[in-house]
Amino acid sequence: MDNRFESVQSVRDGLKAVNYLADDGIAGVVFLADRLGKPILVEGPAGTGKTQLAKSVAEMIGAKLIRLQCYEGLDESKALYEWNYKKQLLRIQADRNSDAWNDIHDDIFGSEFLLTRPLLEAITSKEPVVLLIDEVDRVEVETEALLLEILSEYQVSIPELGTITATQIPLVFLTSNNTRELSEALKRRCLFLHVDYPQLEREKEIVLTKVPGVTEMLADQIARIVRSIRQIDLKKAPSVSETIDWARTLVLLGISTINAEQAKETLHVLLKYQSDIAKAAKELSDD
Amino acid sequence: MLDLLSGFIIELRNAGLPVSLTENLDAMHAISHIPLEDREAFKYALAATLVKNNAHWRSFETVFEVYFSLRGPEYSISDGDREGSIDDLLKQMQEAQMKGEGNGGAGGMDSLTPEELMNILMNALMNGDQALMRALARQAVQRFAGMEPGRPVGGTYYLYRTLRNLDLDGMLDKLMEASKKEVGGDLTKLEERLEKDEYNDRIEKFKQEVEAEIRRRLVADRGAEAMAKTLRKPLPEDVEFMHASRDEMQNLKKSLQPLTRKLAARLARKRRHGRKGPLDFRSTVRHSLAYGGVPAEPKFKYPRPAKPELIVIADISGSVAAFARFTLMLVYAISNQFSKVRAFVFIDGIDEVTEYFKKTEDISEAIHRINTEADVIWVDGHSDYGHAFEVFWDKYGKEINPKSTVLLLGDARNNYHASQAWVIKEIRQKARHVYWLNPEPRSYWNTGDSIVGEYGTHTDGVYECRNLRQLEAFVEKLA
Ligand SMILES: Nc1ncnc2c1ncn2[C@@H]1O[C@H](COP(=O)(O)OP(=O)(O)O)[C@@H](O)[C@H]1O
Ligand SMILES: [Mg+2]
Repeated sequence: MDNRFESVQSVRDGLKAVNYLADDGIAGVVFLADRLGKPILVEGPAGTGKTQLAKSVAEMIGAKLIRLQCYEGLDESKALYEWNYKKQLLRIQADRNSDAWNDIHDDIFGSEFLLTRPLLEAITSKEPVVLLIDEVDRVEVETEALLLEILSEYQVSIPELGTITATQIPLVFLTSNNTRELSEALKRRCLFLHVDYPQLEREKEIVLTKVPGVTEMLADQIARIVRSIRQIDLKKAPSVSETIDWARTLVLLGISTINAEQAKETLHVLLKYQSDIAKAAKELSDD
Repeated sequence: MLDLLSGFIIELRNAGLPVSLTENLDAMHAISHIPLEDREAFKYALAATLVKNNAHWRSFETVFEVYFSLRGPEYSISDGDREGSIDDLLKQMQEAQMKGEGNGGAGGMDSLTPEELMNILMNALMNGDQALMRALARQAVQRFAGMEPGRPVGGTYYLYRTLRNLDLDGMLDKLMEASKKEVGGDLTKLEERLEKDEYNDRIEKFKQEVEAEIRRRLVADRGAEAMAKTLRKPLPEDVEFMHASRDEMQNLKKSLQPLTRKLAARLARKRRHGRKGPLDFRSTVRHSLAYGGVPAEPKFKYPRPAKPELIVIADISGSVAAFARFTLMLVYAISNQFSKVRAFVFIDGIDEVTEYFKKTEDISEAIHRINTEADVIWVDGHSDYGHAFEVFWDKYGKEINPKSTVLLLGDARNNYHASQAWVIKEIRQKARHVYWLNPEPRSYWNTGDSIVGEYGTHTDGVYECRNLRQLEAFVEKLA
């Protein structure tokens, strides 16, 4: 199969063109995922751009994004496929008197009666696809087993129909907020990418791309203050999305350089816990 | 290359990383797609295929540095054979000469006086000039570390010798001075803080360059395998509480948060699903209506298992203090799994510290208050379990009830005082459970002044909790 990307650098540039700022690690793993035909397991704190990465990669290569949002209790019928019982029943009723049961059986378990769910949809799609299995740590360990076949063979076995194999290997992203340890079997099938809070320069770039009207100087100051706040021992450090929210707030307020007073008054955009806000305010204050 | 890679993977396994055969093969495939001279990409390719747990990243990085530090464009044992840094360097030196400070020597960095070297370093740090910082790191190691081939000395010794000569703390002050001068006035406190963060960051990077240079030289001298062995460190979850270095403590603290988050999620799940109660007849019948009266979907009553009430009694003297701290942090981080948590700390006197945790959401602040404010010294500040237990029993014994689970934390090294083990026996008669957690290796128990066995007979179990892994396992069982 043709490679989607020329080099690591081309991934980085391509993502930048769709407003996603990757670092060497992120770009490198995306590049490899394509070359090796392997899924990427993206793990890291909330709000660091894991979901966005999959979306942006889809945009970059002009592929359709198919998303499976995981939740506790997700099962086969929601993730893979389901038989359309109603339609099957109607078919049986319509044919009540004529066909032999065998014919009906073959018929109602044909693809016409199959409801495809995201995973099956991803491998049967004719157009290029990026499959995003979001927040996989939310399903129970046992449910992970549903994913294993598709992640290693890019196929789905349906007892009544046989095995459906992908016509093209999609790029697959799984994200995890790390609320539980994923199974070894799942991890073995994936390339692993830990996405952390970005370095100063990258965060500044993100702010510049994502926040209209922000000046270079303000973006720089925002990134520096956020870096400083992340060094404080907090219950929850500010994430990238919170940095962006904060930058938007500051721009709306017409602030061009931040002083301690303004920082303190807007800290609640950046931090969620009262105790964190108090602590950061104390550290930043002028007196 | 393949030899190097397999040596590298063996060392990762030695360091405790679980690398499977598939992953090994993946790594080999991965690097075949990466241009070998791109050291960063090479590193990420290996990491993506071999390291599936972020807590293992540091161990990976160390092993990587050892095995691959002699590759890549920046590798060189002698200083400054890299075009970029040489150019910068010469420019810097010319500038220095123009200011009339140079001695006109043409022998590269070797001929600089220490003052000149420090000046150039300061400039490099001021401007955040990476290439120059790297060249200077090499020069500093060459000059100050005093490395001799074949000497069996560890890297930290050389690092210490190099850094001592550079006085980087003093450097920070000087940089801050210079900044102030540059803006021509006082910085606000916020500006000062941000400026300091930036310089600290650069100094940190410079230190890393120094370390890398030392490592490169050591590897060149001794070979990767021997080096890797001397650098091998336990993974964060295996670090012993009683012997953790400052650096390891920091790491431990960092890994505590994701760990408690996982633990809490797991426990919440367990509570929701774990135990199915008896059949809920009414609900089953109600739902059967949807199936034409067939009870197709049995419904169960979910018993609400009573959450235990936790009482933690912790020795916080010297060597076991870190253990007590981590256990308290862990317990409080998942405190919603318990109906109530009370905490007591002692050395030879005992004090209740539950209030510290109630007053703030911030666990580390509460721990800090324990260290500074709790009244735990009665006579001489050497552990006296017996006295502490006796006082506990007098003051709080009557509050223990059949819902209480009591956790006793410590090495039970009682300095040969009276044990007063009867207190534990009394406690057990009133409480639901009593457990003892000991941070010492099992083989040390009941040696010297340790009397954990004597106390242990009156408990429901004594558990070895030397590291985060064991502690987590115990707490999960408990909640
Ligand atoms: N590297 C990045 N480049 C551009 N935007 C980013 C980047 N990282 C995060 N963001 C922004 O941060 C927000 C949160 O990202 P998201 O992907 O939802 O986080 P996560 O899935 O990790 O919780 C998104 O709106 C995204 O636009
Ligand atoms: Mg997400």
